Order: sequence, then C-alpha cells, then structure tokens
Amino acid sequence: MKPDLAEKPAGAVGEEPSTAQRGVRRRRTGAGPFGIERLGRLSMVLLMVLLAVPFVFPTWWMITSSLKSTSEILRIPPTLWPAAPSVEPYRQVFELQPFAQQYFNSVYIAVLVTVGTIAVAALAGYAFARIRFPGANVLFVLVLTGLLVPSEVTIVPLFKMVNALGLIDTHWPLIVIPILGAPSVLATFIMRQFFVTLPGELEEAGRMDGLSRFGIFARIAFPLSRSAVAAVAIFIFLKSWNLYLEPIVYLSSKSNFTLPQALTQYVDAYGGPIWNVQLAATTLTVIPVLIVFIAAQRQFIQGLANTGLKG
Amino acid sequence: MTTATTAPSGRRPGRPEGQRRPERQRQSTWRRRDAATGYAFVAPAVIGAIAFVVGPLIAVAWYSLHEWNVLANTFTFVGADNYQAMLDDPALHDSLLASLWFSLGVVVLNLTLSLGLAILLNQKLPGTTFFRVLFFSPVVVSLVAWTIVWGFLLQADNGINAFLSTLGITGPNWLRGSVTAMISVIVVQVFKNVGLNMILFLAALQGVPEEIQEAARLDGAGALRRFWSVVLPMISPTVLLVAILTVVGSLETFALIDVLTDGGPGTSTTVLVFYLYRQAFEFNQFGYASAISVLLFVIVLVLTLLQWQTRKKWVFHEA
Repeated sequence: MKPDLAEKPAGAVGEEPSTAQRGVRRRRTGAGPFGIERLGRLSMVLLMVLLAVPFVFPTWWMITSSLKSTSEILRIPPTLWPAAPSVEPYRQVFELQPFAQQYFNSVYIAVLVTVGTIAVAALAGYAFARIRFPGANVLFVLVLTGLLVPSEVTIVPLFKMVNALGLIDTHWPLIVIPILGAPSVLATFIMRQFFVTLPGELEEAGRMDGLSRFGIFARIAFPLSRSAVAAVAIFIFLKSWNLYLEPIVYLSSKSNFTLPQALTQYVDAYGGPIWNVQLAATTLTVIPVLIVFIAAQRQFIQGLANTGLKG
Repeated sequence: MTTATTAPSGRRPGRPEGQRRPERQRQSTWRRRDAATGYAFVAPAVIGAIAFVVGPLIAVAWYSLHEWNVLANTFTFVGADNYQAMLDDPALHDSLLASLWFSLGVVVLNLTLSLGLAILLNQKLPGTTFFRVLFFSPVVVSLVAWTIVWGFLLQADNGINAFLSTLGITGPNWLRGSVTAMISVIVVQVFKNVGLNMILFLAALQGVPEEIQEAARLDGAGALRRFWSVVLPMISPTVLLVAILTVVGSLETFALIDVLTDGGPGTSTTVLVFYLYRQAFEFNQFGYASAISVLLFVIVLVLTLLQWQTRKKWVFHEA
C-alpha cells in the first residue's frame, strides 16, 4: 500500500479520505499483485497521452505556423518551432481584410443574441412553467416545434423573407432570427425545466408581499436561475459565434462579415489559402474563447453537456 | 410565508377556502391579470415560432411544389414534379449515400472514441481533470477554425504528410481521393465533438453502482467481461441517446464540408445539406432545394422523435 499512496499526485489527496476504504477493499480483491495493477495504470496514462495528440497538436501547429514566413511554412522537414518567428502574418491579417471590424461584428452580434435570447427564453420559460393561462399547452407545443427544425431546412424561405424586407447584407437576420426563432427554443425549454423545479412557496411569499407577477419573475425567480442562465448563455454565445451557413447566405460585403466567414477569405489570386495569414486570423479567433473556456471549464463542460443532452 | 401558514383551515397556502369575500375577489382579479401576464411573457417566443419556424416550414413545403428559379424569376406550380425529380436525380442519390457513409462513420468512430475516453477518465488516474478539459476543448472552438487548421494539416505535401515523409512514408493526398476525403471529414468532425459525448458517457458511467461491479468482480468476472455484461447494459440508454444526437448533428454538418472539401473530390463528400445549399444558392433552384429541405426535415424529424422516445425510457431507467 505504501508505495501506491506515495505515488499519488497532490491533486488526488483531497479525495483520499472518502475513497480510502473502498480503495483498500478493491486492492485486496483485485486479481493481480501490485506490479501488474500499477503497470496497467501506467499504460492507461500513456494511452491517454497518446490520444491527446490529435487534440493538442492542431492548436500547437496553428499557433506556430501562424508565426512562420511563407517559405518556412512549406519547408520539409517541418519545423516544430518557427526558426524566425515573425508577426508579419498578423499584420497582414488586418491589411487584407477589415479584420478588426469583422471581429467586432462577431462579438456584438453574439452578445446581442445572447442577451436577447435569455430575455425571451427566461420570460417564456417562466410563463410556461409557472403561470396558468388557457392555451398554454398548445402554445408550448407550437414553440417546441423549433426543436424539430434544423436551421438548414428553413434557410430558403428565411432567405426569401430577409430579401423581401431588404435586409440582405445587414446584421438584422443574424440577430433577430436566432433570438426569436428555432435556436432560442432550446433555451426556452431549458429555462422552463428549471423554473418547474422552483418551490411554489417562494412565489407565494412574493405575492403576499404584494409583488406583481413581473415582480415575482424579476426579483425572485430570475435571480435564482443563475445556473440555467449561465448554461444557456454559454451555449447561445458559442452558437452565434460559430454561425456559418447564415452569414454566407445573408452577407455579401467584407466589412459586414463575421469571423468564421472572414477566416475563409484569406486566399491568393488563384483561390488557394495564404496559410500563415489564415492561421494567424484563426489563432486570433480561437485563443480568447479557449482562455475563457479554461478559466471557467467546469461551467462550460456542465452547461454544454446539459444543453447537449436536452437538444 | 408565515402569513400563509397561519391559516389553519387550508393546508395549501393561497387557496382562499373559507376566507372573506374581498379576498376571493382579489384572487380572481389576480388570476385574470396573471393569465394576461402569461400571454405577454410568451408572446415573443410564440410570435418568433410562428414567423421564423412554423411559417417558414409551411412555406418550404409550398415552395417545394413549385418550379422556382430565382435568376430566371420563374415561379410556377408544378405539383409533385420536384419530388419526382428527386427520385430520378443520381446526384441526390449520391448525396444521400454520402450522408449515410458520413453519419455512419461519425457515429461509429465518435461512440467508440468517446466511450473509450470516458472509461479512461473514470479510472481516477492522475491528471484526469487536465485530460478532460483537453479532450473537451475542441467543442468550444469554432468549427470553421478547427476545419481550417485540419485543412492545413491534410494538404498533399505539408502538415501530416510532411511529418510522414520525414519517416520515409509517402502519405496519401487526403482531400483529393474520394475515400480518404470521406475519412478525413469524418475524423475531423469526430475530434471536434467527441468531448461532449465523452462527458455524457462519463456521467452515465459514474451512475453505475460500485456494488454491482464489485459483485461481478467477486464472481470472478474479468475487466472486459464486467464491462460487456454489467456496465454496458446499464448505460445502454445513454448509448442510444448519444448515438441519435450524433447522427442528427452529423446530418446538419455544413461548414466542415464547405471549408474542407467543398463537397469534393467530385461529389464524394457532398452530403445532403451541402447539396441542398448548392441547389439553392449556387444553382438558384429554390423549388428543388425546398423539396430537398422537406426530405431533410422528415429524416431529422423521424430521428428526433426516436430520440424523445428513448429519452422517456432513459428517464424511467434513472428513476
């Protein structure tokens, strides 16, 4: 037992007291002697490291290649670290396209869509969960049809609608349709599932205190729904940030483009990608999201797993 | 709360049993006003659903009965002609086949890998949190960004092949051969999303009671046998649910195909959604594209209803 305990890394120490008893039993009943079990665990760690390669390497390769010159990026054998790191590709990112503008477009659209969706979904989710009104079930089913309709299915009629309204090459369809249309339905559903679990006594208390229904929602129910709102916010923000089909259908001028669409535009006269510049732009797009993700990984993983399961 | 519970007659607070009349009147006004508030609260979502979901869905079905070329500005009712054309369109059949291969490949590879990773992460090995974050990280990265990096890695004479050539291996031109291109899009899609399924499986694995595994161990069942006969049956509802979610996700994959292969080489990776996009926005055949949309909708509908059915069982299993 002793060597096994000594081997444990610092991070596992916290779990030790609670699992100690179980661990002892397992060790006693385990088939092989210590050596084999430890070898098995070591090979599992090695397997995990090996499996990590296709997840880490693309990011590593993206960052290092974005710092390479045009000639070095094509060099064989490839260099794992740029021989002469240069920020020239990053300068060109902003020179070849209005990249700062495109970045701003993506950010402000995603923020508006997130805030708008939370407002719409929290109100509707709350009403469907807590307020009794005639026709509530019918309306709920009507809203839920959005879960059955992939956005690709309705792209033709929506394009026609946007076109008829003269809103082609504006950001309106990228903001309004996600907030009110199919993408927000999952958010409404998740908010409803949350509000259903709220204890009725809380609202009753608010009512006794003379709060209106909106007051109960705004002062009692909504503040309690922070975890559900966080999950919805992460999910909706990423969805808007990553939107691709809709922007390429609705937008036509470069200064209106959003990031995913802009990334594909770093091409030479023959349509071939200018790799180092394209990878530099991609790095600028990916790194902030990755940093936020690592900082709040628990919320991200739980939130996205929950929303993913319900979608 | 205290005021509500002081009334000894009614157990449930808020029910105006045996209370004074003005109270009851106040209750009914509150209820009437409450219903109005309910309508106001759901109004944006309901109006949105009508304008941007149900309306367009009806419209797409209506358009699918028309010959509609945007450039030529023709819009004539042709009945079921577009559906007839779908039966006779070899390119559509190819795209259905491509979708089938793509979805099948994605499901098999994704489920194998995500379940394997979940099992590894469930072993309480050192560094589990780190690896969990790492395997999950592509999920938050934009699909287009992820695809661009992989496109760079999958070139004929760069990226992966450059590394292979230093080992003396000549790698295939991944994106120019129809089989390797299909394998490439499958692998890129799976690495992007496998972390999500991994988490779902991890939760399911952690729900398997330790005692049952312990009992099987005492009965002399080896690790493989324990997994196959004890763990897998217990997590099977999750496996089915995750499988359907993954198929639906793969059917809606557009950006990956557009950026990595542009449907090629030839039409080997032109999946249904990509073919739909092409018919609508490259060939301007909005009527025919609408008919394809209806087909896509029906396929996804069947799968989603299947998933809801499974979830009912899954919830039951949990309880």
